[in-house]
Amino acid sequence: MLPLSDTSLLIQLGDKIDPQINRRVHMLAAALALDPLPGICETVPGYASLTIHYDPLALTHTQVADWLTAHLHLSAAAASRPLKLIEVPVIYDGPDLASVAETCRLSPAKIICQHTSTLYTVYMMGFTPGFPYLGILPESIRVPRLAAPRSHVQAGAVAIAGMQTGIYPVDSPGGWQLIGRTALTLFDPARAQPFLFAPGDQVQFIAL
Amino acid sequence: MLEIITPSVLTTIQDAGRRGWQAFGVPLSGPMDAFAWRAANLLVANPPDAAVIEFGYTSAELLALEDCLVAATGPAFALFINERPMRAWTSIYVRKNGHIRLEKLDTANWGYLAAHGGITSALALSSRSSYPAARLGASQFVTGHILTIGPSRASLPALASRTIDPLPIQYSPTPTIATIPGPQQTYFTHSALRTFYASAYTITPTSDRTGYRLDGPPLERLIPGELISEGMARGCIQIPTDGLPIVMQADCPTTGGYPKIASVIAADQPILAQVPIVTGKIRFTETSIEQAQTRYRALQANLTKNIIQPDDVSWL
Repeated sequence: MLPLSDTSLLIQLGDKIDPQINRRVHMLAAALALDPLPGICETVPGYASLTIHYDPLALTHTQVADWLTAHLHLSAAAASRPLKLIEVPVIYDGPDLASVAETCRLSPAKIICQHTSTLYTVYMMGFTPGFPYLGILPESIRVPRLAAPRSHVQAGAVAIAGMQTGIYPVDSPGGWQLIGRTALTLFDPARAQPFLFAPGDQVQFIAL
Repeated sequence: MLEIITPSVLTTIQDAGRRGWQAFGVPLSGPMDAFAWRAANLLVANPPDAAVIEFGYTSAELLALEDCLVAATGPAFALFINERPMRAWTSIYVRKNGHIRLEKLDTANWGYLAAHGGITSALALSSRSSYPAARLGASQFVTGHILTIGPSRASLPALASRTIDPLPIQYSPTPTIATIPGPQQTYFTHSALRTFYASAYTITPTSDRTGYRLDGPPLERLIPGELISEGMARGCIQIPTDGLPIVMQADCPTTGGYPKIASVIAADQPILAQVPIVTGKIRFTETSIEQAQTRYRALQANLTKNIIQPDDVSWL
């Protein structure tokens, strides 16, 4: 538990991408949300950490640390939170599908089969508004990032890199390998629920 | 209403920022110089977090399309109303068709123009702050763009000539900036830490509202590689693989994977934001989190305390 700045605190629950550690992150965030403290602005999950942003006019670092400590032991109570499952239909025709298949020594059909065979978790969100970092990708289809990132990736592109898969929510640059696209809108600020995903949600890809 | 005649190259609308969406990857945004921004609102008797116009890097001109009460703040601009020089950090009653010009000075980067009633541009995710990268809030201002102002509940001339004396912040092109240790300070060699606190850094021209990229002696890592992504905050000083610090600013990403050697304290973030690009020089010093938060509370309290009303004769 460390100051990230004089307006934020970082608690690290581990140092690797691991489903158990990440589950604890979301449980802790849920527990804190059930016991709001005036002056706490928001919490941000990482893979193995949680960041708490607060107003230093209302709270000191020690007060935030004490509040957090009280919940470290109680966070099991939030484990009953119902999991949200989101199905994502995908057309697997990405520009990198063929080269990914070649790298993995599998057919494109087998890559698609492997990518849709796993139920993923939104480990965290970041990079651009609404970008879900999904894990964990089957070992047989893991590839590195592109050596040179694309300057333009279209919203809806489904991509993989290392242990992770993700979906680009808005047009942006991007260095992950593109294997498909979805017609779902991940981010619409005018919608009642602006974001399709939230940290901790489950995601199932379906090949069209 | 205010009409933009000439925008700055970096003109945005800023309120307190987009609170509550960082878990979804939406940057906080908000003003680069939160002190000058808040002062501008207090001077025109707005709520402290009302939306104001932020100007950056170059001069700007506006036309008042109605009678209004405005205040220009920040060390970066000289204010002219109908081509007459006027005091910054002071509320001014401007009549309809009044011409407002903010002339950029070399000594700083950012300026604020608040109008009584607040700027009422479109809300996106409950904030008016401009974040052009995701098309949130009003942005891409061009000549002829009209900004609306919220309704007034007061007599505008009676609110004129409010000022701040003394200004409880010391802007400088060569400041010493206080920091607290970052979560990965142990990733750096002892010599790198000595270098960080002993050297002068400049701000490179590639710097913007996302981050200030610094130039100076590179810092050597003891532990190589990237971290798994974790949360990030305004003020965090990241050290990427080239060893040159990046200070995270208002539009910084919500998460990141480079080690953070230190974090600029909130009380000094306005001073750092105003250090002129390329020509300014920054030195860093270390303080404690307790000291940092005490200084921030004192700065906010002094800002409120040092506002002088025109009919307040207690200072005579």
